Amino acid sequence: MHRVNTITEVNGQLNTQQHGLQKLTELEKHLLNDFQHNLPFVSRPFKQIAKQLGSSEAIVIDTLNKLKEQGFVSRVGVVFRANSIGASTLAAMAVPVSELENVAAMISSYSEVNHNYEREHHFNLWFVVTARDEEMLNSVLYDIESRSGHPVMSLPMLEDYHIDLGFDLGVGFERGQESGV
Amino acid sequence: MDMNVNPLPYLSESILPREVKFDEQDQALIVLIQTGLPISTTPYADLGEELGMDESEVIERLKRLNRSNIIKRSGVIVRHHELGYRANAMVVWNVSDEIIGKLGLCLGQFDFITLCYHRPRRLPGWPYNLFTMIHGKSRDDVLENIQYLINRYELNEIEHEILFSTRRFKQRGAIYHKLSGELNNRVDKTDG
Repeated sequence: MHRVNTITEVNGQLNTQQHGLQKLTELEKHLLNDFQHNLPFVSRPFKQIAKQLGSSEAIVIDTLNKLKEQGFVSRVGVVFRANSIGASTLAAMAVPVSELENVAAMISSYSEVNHNYEREHHFNLWFVVTARDEEMLNSVLYDIESRSGHPVMSLPMLEDYHIDLGFDLGVGFERGQESGV
Repeated sequence: MDMNVNPLPYLSESILPREVKFDEQDQALIVLIQTGLPISTTPYADLGEELGMDESEVIERLKRLNRSNIIKRSGVIVRHHELGYRANAMVVWNVSDEIIGKLGLCLGQFDFITLCYHRPRRLPGWPYNLFTMIHGKSRDDVLENIQYLINRYELNEIEHEILFSTRRFKQRGAIYHKLSGELNNRVDKTDG
Protein backbone atom coordinates (compact mmCIF):
# COMPACT_ATOMS: atom_id res chain seq x y z
CA MET A 1 0.00 0.00 0.00
CA HIS A 2 2.84 2.43 -0.66
CA ARG A 3 1.16 3.97 -3.64
CA VAL A 4 -2.41 4.55 -2.75
CA ASN A 5 -4.86 6.70 -4.63
CA THR A 6 -4.02 5.49 -8.09
CA ILE A 7 -7.70 6.02 -8.72
CA THR A 8 -9.21 9.37 -7.92
CA GLU A 9 -12.68 8.93 -6.59
CA VAL A 10 -14.98 11.20 -8.50
CA ASN A 11 -18.36 10.55 -6.98
CA GLY A 12 -17.79 9.13 -3.54
CA GLN A 13 -16.23 10.37 -0.35
CA LEU A 14 -14.55 7.10 0.50
CA ASN A 15 -10.98 8.08 -0.15
CA THR A 16 -10.07 8.45 3.49
CA GLN A 17 -10.31 4.72 4.11
CA GLN A 18 -6.80 3.94 3.00
CA HIS A 19 -6.26 1.10 5.38
CA GLY A 20 -9.84 -0.07 5.53
CA LEU A 21 -9.01 -3.75 5.81
CA GLN A 22 -6.85 -3.42 8.87
CA LYS A 23 -9.60 -1.82 10.90
CA LEU A 24 -12.08 -4.57 10.31
CA THR A 25 -13.14 -7.11 12.92
CA GLU A 26 -12.56 -10.83 12.35
CA LEU A 27 -16.27 -11.30 11.66
CA GLU A 28 -16.26 -8.52 9.10
CA LYS A 29 -13.21 -9.97 7.38
CA HIS A 30 -14.78 -13.40 7.13
CA LEU A 31 -18.05 -12.00 5.84
CA LEU A 32 -16.20 -10.01 3.18
CA ASN A 33 -13.80 -12.72 2.11
CA ASP A 34 -15.48 -16.08 2.54
CA PHE A 35 -19.01 -15.55 1.32
CA GLN A 36 -18.44 -14.09 -2.13
CA HIS A 37 -19.85 -17.19 -3.76
CA ASN A 38 -22.40 -19.90 -3.00
CA LEU A 39 -24.96 -17.71 -1.30
CA PRO A 40 -27.34 -20.15 0.40
CA PHE A 41 -30.68 -20.35 -1.43
CA VAL A 42 -32.56 -21.29 1.74
CA SER A 43 -35.24 -19.57 3.76
CA ARG A 44 -32.79 -18.07 6.30
CA PRO A 45 -29.51 -17.61 4.40
CA PHE A 46 -27.92 -15.33 7.00
CA LYS A 47 -28.73 -17.82 9.74
CA GLN A 48 -26.81 -20.44 7.78
CA ILE A 49 -23.87 -18.06 7.31
CA ALA A 50 -23.96 -17.18 11.01
CA LYS A 51 -23.82 -20.86 11.91
CA GLN A 52 -20.70 -21.34 9.78
CA LEU A 53 -19.06 -18.42 11.56
CA GLY A 54 -20.21 -19.29 15.06
CA SER A 55 -22.16 -16.04 15.20
CA SER A 56 -25.82 -15.12 15.34
CA GLU A 57 -28.18 -14.30 12.50
CA ALA A 58 -28.91 -10.85 13.97
CA ILE A 59 -25.23 -9.96 14.22
CA VAL A 60 -24.50 -11.14 10.67
CA ILE A 61 -27.41 -9.08 9.32
CA ASP A 62 -26.34 -5.98 11.26
CA THR A 63 -22.72 -6.37 10.20
CA LEU A 64 -23.55 -6.82 6.51
CA ASN A 65 -25.84 -3.80 6.57
CA LYS A 66 -23.08 -1.78 8.21
CA LEU A 67 -20.47 -2.92 5.65
CA LYS A 68 -22.86 -1.89 2.93
CA GLU A 69 -23.39 1.55 4.46
CA GLN A 70 -19.63 1.98 4.71
CA GLY A 71 -19.24 1.16 1.04
CA PHE A 72 -17.18 -2.02 1.48
CA VAL A 73 -20.05 -4.16 0.23
CA SER A 74 -21.84 -3.21 -2.94
CA ARG A 75 -24.67 -5.65 -2.32
CA VAL A 76 -25.51 -9.16 -1.30
CA GLY A 77 -26.92 -10.78 -4.36
CA VAL A 78 -26.11 -12.34 -7.68
CA VAL A 79 -23.92 -11.56 -10.68
CA PHE A 80 -25.49 -12.51 -13.97
CA ARG A 81 -23.26 -13.88 -16.68
CA ALA A 82 -22.65 -11.28 -19.39
CA ASN A 83 -25.06 -11.52 -22.29
CA SER A 84 -27.17 -14.23 -20.67
CA ILE A 85 -30.10 -11.93 -19.89
CA GLY A 86 -29.69 -8.98 -22.19
CA ALA A 87 -27.02 -7.44 -24.36
CA SER A 88 -23.82 -5.80 -23.20
CA THR A 89 -20.51 -4.60 -24.51
CA LEU A 90 -17.25 -2.98 -23.47
CA ALA A 91 -16.83 0.30 -25.31
CA ALA A 92 -13.74 2.46 -25.73
CA MET A 93 -13.17 6.01 -26.94
CA ALA A 94 -10.18 8.23 -27.56
CA VAL A 95 -11.21 11.58 -26.11
CA PRO A 96 -9.02 14.71 -26.01
CA VAL A 97 -8.06 15.45 -22.40
CA SER A 98 -9.77 18.83 -22.47
CA GLU A 99 -13.12 17.17 -23.23
CA LEU A 100 -12.70 14.10 -21.08
CA GLU A 101 -14.60 15.17 -17.97
CA ASN A 102 -17.60 16.39 -19.90
CA VAL A 103 -17.76 13.37 -22.17
CA ALA A 104 -17.31 11.01 -19.20
CA ALA A 105 -20.10 12.73 -17.27
CA MET A 106 -22.39 12.53 -20.28
CA ILE A 107 -21.67 8.81 -20.64
CA SER A 108 -22.12 8.10 -16.91
CA SER A 109 -25.54 9.71 -17.01
CA TYR A 110 -26.94 6.78 -18.99
CA SER A 111 -28.57 4.18 -16.79
CA GLU A 112 -27.33 1.61 -19.33
CA VAL A 113 -23.72 2.43 -18.42
CA ASN A 114 -22.54 0.66 -15.28
CA HIS A 115 -18.78 1.06 -15.36
CA ASN A 116 -16.90 4.03 -16.71
CA TYR A 117 -13.15 4.42 -16.26
CA GLU A 118 -10.34 6.57 -17.51
CA ARG A 119 -7.36 4.40 -18.50
CA GLU A 120 -3.78 5.18 -19.49
CA HIS A 121 -3.91 4.69 -23.24
CA HIS A 122 -4.72 6.45 -26.50
CA PHE A 123 -8.15 4.89 -25.95
CA ASN A 124 -8.56 6.67 -22.62
CA LEU A 125 -12.24 6.18 -21.78
CA TRP A 126 -13.64 2.68 -21.20
CA PHE A 127 -17.21 1.90 -20.26
CA VAL A 128 -19.60 -1.03 -20.10
CA VAL A 129 -23.05 -0.70 -21.63
CA THR A 130 -25.81 -3.13 -20.72
CA ALA A 131 -29.25 -3.05 -22.27
CA ARG A 132 -32.26 -5.30 -22.56
CA ASP A 133 -31.47 -6.18 -26.18
CA GLU A 134 -29.06 -5.56 -29.04
CA GLU A 135 -31.18 -2.84 -30.56
CA MET A 136 -31.27 -0.79 -27.37
CA LEU A 137 -27.54 -1.34 -26.89
CA ASN A 138 -26.76 -0.03 -30.36
CA SER A 139 -29.00 2.96 -29.91
CA VAL A 140 -27.13 3.95 -26.74
CA LEU A 141 -23.75 3.58 -28.49
CA TYR A 142 -24.99 5.61 -31.44
CA ASP A 143 -26.37 8.26 -29.12
CA ILE A 144 -23.05 8.55 -27.28
CA GLU A 145 -21.15 8.82 -30.57
CA SER A 146 -23.32 11.56 -31.91
CA ARG A 147 -23.47 13.55 -28.66
CA SER A 148 -19.68 13.37 -28.08
CA GLY A 149 -18.61 13.68 -31.70
CA HIS A 150 -16.10 10.84 -31.21
CA PRO A 151 -16.28 7.28 -32.52
CA VAL A 152 -17.05 4.48 -30.09
CA MET A 153 -15.19 1.17 -30.43
CA SER A 154 -17.47 -1.63 -29.29
CA LEU A 155 -15.86 -4.86 -28.05
CA PRO A 156 -18.59 -7.34 -27.11
CA MET A 157 -17.61 -10.46 -25.20
CA LEU A 158 -17.16 -13.51 -27.43
CA GLU A 159 -16.20 -15.97 -24.72
CA ASP A 160 -15.86 -15.90 -20.94
CA TYR A 161 -12.92 -17.91 -19.57
CA HIS A 162 -13.24 -16.82 -15.98
CA ILE A 163 -14.41 -18.97 -13.10
CA ASP A 164 -15.81 -16.42 -10.71
CA LEU A 165 -15.36 -17.27 -7.05
CA GLY A 166 -15.05 -13.65 -6.02
CA PHE A 167 -11.85 -11.91 -5.03
CA ASP A 168 -9.50 -13.15 -2.32
CA LEU A 169 -8.84 -10.24 0.03
CA GLY A 170 -6.31 -12.33 1.91
CA VAL A 171 -8.06 -11.76 5.21
CA GLY A 172 -10.43 -14.67 5.64
CA PHE A 173 -9.86 -18.39 5.61
CA GLU A 174 -6.95 -19.63 3.46
CA ARG A 175 -7.79 -19.88 -0.20
CA GLY A 176 -4.28 -20.14 -1.59
CA GLN A 177 -2.69 -17.81 -4.08
CA GLU A 178 -4.13 -19.55 -7.09
CA SER A 179 -7.45 -21.30 -7.21
CA GLY A 180 -6.15 -23.89 -9.62
CA VAL A 181 -3.33 -24.53 -12.06
CA MET B 1 4.44 -20.29 -24.77
CA ASP B 2 4.21 -23.14 -22.32
CA MET B 3 1.28 -25.18 -23.48
CA ASN B 4 2.01 -28.09 -21.16
CA VAL B 5 0.08 -26.36 -18.45
CA ASN B 6 -3.41 -27.74 -18.67
CA PRO B 7 -6.43 -26.14 -17.19
CA LEU B 8 -8.27 -28.15 -14.56
CA PRO B 9 -10.37 -30.95 -16.08
CA TYR B 10 -13.71 -29.46 -15.13
CA LEU B 11 -12.90 -26.41 -17.17
CA SER B 12 -13.16 -28.37 -20.38
CA GLU B 13 -16.90 -28.33 -19.92
CA SER B 14 -18.53 -25.26 -21.30
CA ILE B 15 -19.08 -22.55 -18.75
CA LEU B 16 -21.52 -20.75 -20.97
CA PRO B 17 -25.18 -20.77 -20.00
CA ARG B 18 -27.32 -23.57 -21.30
CA GLU B 19 -30.44 -22.74 -23.24
CA VAL B 20 -32.96 -21.57 -20.72
CA LYS B 21 -36.31 -20.00 -21.26
CA PHE B 22 -37.38 -17.30 -18.85
CA ASP B 23 -40.99 -16.64 -18.19
CA GLU B 24 -42.43 -13.31 -17.05
CA GLN B 25 -41.96 -14.25 -13.41
CA ASP B 26 -38.26 -15.00 -13.95
CA GLN B 27 -37.82 -11.67 -15.66
CA ALA B 28 -39.51 -9.83 -12.83
CA LEU B 29 -37.28 -11.63 -10.34
CA ILE B 30 -34.13 -10.84 -12.36
CA VAL B 31 -35.02 -7.16 -12.56
CA LEU B 32 -35.71 -7.00 -8.83
CA ILE B 33 -32.66 -8.92 -7.63
CA GLN B 34 -30.10 -6.92 -9.63
CA THR B 35 -29.79 -4.30 -6.95
CA GLY B 36 -29.28 -6.96 -4.29
CA LEU B 37 -31.23 -8.97 -1.77
CA PRO B 38 -32.75 -7.28 1.23
CA ILE B 39 -30.32 -8.04 4.08
CA SER B 40 -33.02 -9.34 6.42
CA THR B 41 -33.94 -12.61 8.13
CA THR B 42 -36.01 -13.84 5.18
CA PRO B 43 -34.76 -12.06 2.06
CA TYR B 44 -36.39 -14.46 -0.42
CA ALA B 45 -39.77 -14.12 1.27
CA ASP B 46 -39.34 -10.33 1.13
CA LEU B 47 -38.59 -10.47 -2.59
CA GLY B 48 -41.54 -12.79 -3.06
CA GLU B 49 -43.84 -10.36 -1.36
CA GLU B 50 -42.94 -7.69 -3.90
CA LEU B 51 -43.39 -10.14 -6.77
CA GLY B 52 -46.53 -11.89 -5.58
CA MET B 53 -44.70 -15.22 -5.26
CA ASP B 54 -44.17 -17.29 -2.19
CA GLU B 55 -40.73 -17.80 -0.71
CA SER B 56 -40.24 -21.33 -1.99
CA GLU B 57 -41.01 -20.25 -5.54
CA VAL B 58 -38.40 -17.46 -5.37
CA ILE B 59 -35.83 -19.95 -4.06
CA GLU B 60 -36.67 -22.55 -6.70
CA ARG B 61 -36.41 -20.01 -9.51
CA LEU B 62 -33.05 -18.75 -8.24
CA LYS B 63 -31.74 -22.31 -7.96
CA ARG B 64 -32.79 -22.96 -11.54
CA LEU B 65 -31.10 -19.77 -12.83
CA ASN B 66 -28.03 -20.79 -10.86
CA ARG B 67 -27.95 -24.35 -12.23
CA SER B 68 -28.36 -23.10 -15.78
CA ASN B 69 -25.28 -20.88 -15.31
CA ILE B 70 -27.10 -17.62 -15.95
CA ILE B 71 -26.06 -16.66 -12.45
CA LYS B 72 -22.28 -16.47 -12.53
CA ARG B 73 -21.82 -15.89 -8.82
CA SER B 74 -23.99 -15.32 -5.77
CA GLY B 75 -22.94 -13.92 -2.43
CA VAL B 76 -21.36 -10.85 -0.92
CA ILE B 77 -20.29 -8.49 -3.70
CA VAL B 78 -17.42 -6.34 -2.41
CA ARG B 79 -15.91 -3.11 -3.63
CA HIS B 80 -12.22 -3.71 -4.33
CA HIS B 81 -11.27 -0.07 -4.28
CA GLU B 82 -12.81 0.65 -0.89
CA LEU B 83 -11.11 -2.41 0.57
CA GLY B 84 -7.67 -1.16 -0.34
CA TYR B 85 -7.26 -2.78 -3.76
CA ARG B 86 -6.84 0.58 -5.40
CA ALA B 87 -4.90 -0.38 -8.48
CA ASN B 88 -6.49 -2.10 -11.41
CA ALA B 89 -5.22 -2.69 -14.88
CA MET B 90 -6.87 -4.09 -17.93
CA VAL B 91 -4.18 -6.15 -19.63
CA VAL B 92 -4.93 -6.84 -23.27
CA TRP B 93 -3.14 -9.52 -25.29
CA ASN B 94 -2.89 -10.26 -28.98
CA VAL B 95 -3.19 -14.04 -28.95
CA SER B 96 -3.47 -16.34 -31.96
CA ASP B 97 -6.90 -17.83 -32.51
CA GLU B 98 -5.47 -21.34 -32.08
CA ILE B 99 -4.39 -20.88 -28.48
CA ILE B 100 -6.70 -18.20 -27.15
CA GLY B 101 -9.14 -20.71 -25.65
CA LYS B 102 -6.47 -22.65 -23.83
CA LEU B 103 -4.60 -19.59 -22.56
CA GLY B 104 -7.86 -17.90 -21.58
CA LEU B 105 -8.86 -20.85 -19.40
CA CYS B 106 -5.42 -20.89 -17.76
CA LEU B 107 -5.49 -17.18 -16.93
CA GLY B 108 -9.15 -17.23 -15.90
CA GLN B 109 -8.33 -19.40 -12.89
CA PHE B 110 -6.20 -16.88 -11.01
CA ASP B 111 -7.67 -15.18 -7.98
CA PHE B 112 -6.18 -11.82 -8.86
CA ILE B 113 -7.79 -11.90 -12.31
CA THR B 114 -11.37 -10.78 -11.98
CA LEU B 115 -12.37 -10.94 -15.65
CA CYS B 116 -10.96 -12.91 -18.58
CA TYR B 117 -12.76 -12.44 -21.87
CA HIS B 118 -12.25 -13.09 -25.55
CA ARG B 119 -13.31 -9.96 -27.45
CA PRO B 120 -12.96 -9.07 -31.14
CA ARG B 121 -9.93 -7.30 -32.58
CA ARG B 122 -10.67 -3.97 -34.32
CA LEU B 123 -7.93 -3.62 -36.92
CA PRO B 124 -5.92 -1.62 -37.69
CA GLY B 125 -6.14 0.32 -34.42
CA TRP B 126 -6.85 -2.47 -31.94
CA PRO B 127 -5.05 -5.82 -32.37
CA TYR B 128 -5.90 -7.27 -28.93
CA ASN B 129 -8.38 -10.10 -28.42
CA LEU B 130 -7.83 -11.41 -24.88
CA PHE B 131 -8.81 -9.11 -22.02
CA THR B 132 -7.80 -9.71 -18.40
CA MET B 133 -8.66 -7.46 -15.46
CA ILE B 134 -6.07 -7.49 -12.71
CA HIS B 135 -6.53 -5.92 -9.27
CA GLY B 136 -3.89 -5.17 -6.66
CA LYS B 137 -3.15 -3.00 -3.67
CA SER B 138 -0.73 -0.90 -5.66
CA ARG B 139 0.57 -0.44 -9.15
CA ASP B 140 3.66 -2.47 -8.30
CA ASP B 141 1.50 -5.24 -6.93
CA VAL B 142 -0.42 -5.40 -10.23
CA LEU B 143 2.79 -5.30 -12.29
CA GLU B 144 4.21 -8.12 -10.20
CA ASN B 145 1.15 -10.25 -10.91
CA ILE B 146 1.44 -9.56 -14.63
CA GLN B 147 5.12 -10.53 -14.60
CA TYR B 148 4.21 -13.71 -12.77
CA LEU B 149 1.77 -14.64 -15.56
CA ILE B 150 4.34 -13.81 -18.24
CA ASN B 151 6.94 -16.03 -16.59
CA ARG B 152 4.51 -18.82 -15.76
CA TYR B 153 3.10 -19.15 -19.27
CA GLU B 154 6.10 -17.86 -21.24
CA LEU B 155 4.17 -14.95 -22.69
CA ASN B 156 7.16 -12.71 -23.46
CA GLU B 157 6.58 -13.01 -27.18
CA ILE B 158 2.90 -12.17 -26.94
CA GLU B 159 2.10 -8.57 -27.76
CA HIS B 160 0.27 -6.95 -24.86
CA GLU B 161 -0.53 -3.60 -23.26
CA ILE B 162 -1.27 -2.64 -19.66
CA LEU B 163 -4.06 -0.09 -19.24
CA PHE B 164 -4.09 1.14 -15.65
CA SER B 165 -7.23 2.93 -14.60
CA THR B 166 -6.59 6.44 -13.44
CA ARG B 167 -10.09 7.63 -12.65
CA ARG B 168 -13.35 5.92 -11.87
CA PHE B 169 -16.30 7.89 -13.18
CA LYS B 170 -18.92 5.25 -12.46
CA GLN B 171 -19.15 1.77 -10.99
CA ARG B 172 -22.16 -0.30 -10.10
CA GLY B 173 -23.79 -3.61 -10.99
CA ALA B 174 -25.45 -3.92 -14.36
CA ILE B 175 -29.09 -2.95 -14.39
CA TYR B 176 -31.40 -4.38 -16.98
CA HIS B 177 -34.59 -2.44 -17.48
CA LYS B 178 -37.52 -4.54 -18.35
CA LEU B 179 -39.74 -1.65 -19.25
CA SER B 180 -38.87 0.44 -22.22
CA GLY B 181 -38.64 4.18 -21.91
CA GLU B 182 -37.32 7.22 -23.62
CA LEU B 183 -33.56 7.14 -23.84
CA ASN B 184 -33.07 10.62 -22.52
CA ASN B 185 -35.35 10.13 -19.56
CA ARG B 186 -33.39 7.31 -18.13
CA VAL B 187 -30.59 9.27 -16.63
CA ASP B 188 -29.65 7.90 -13.25
CA LYS B 189 -27.46 8.49 -10.27
CA THR B 190 -24.40 6.39 -9.74
CA ASP B 191 -24.05 4.42 -6.54
CA GLY B 192 -20.37 3.67 -6.88
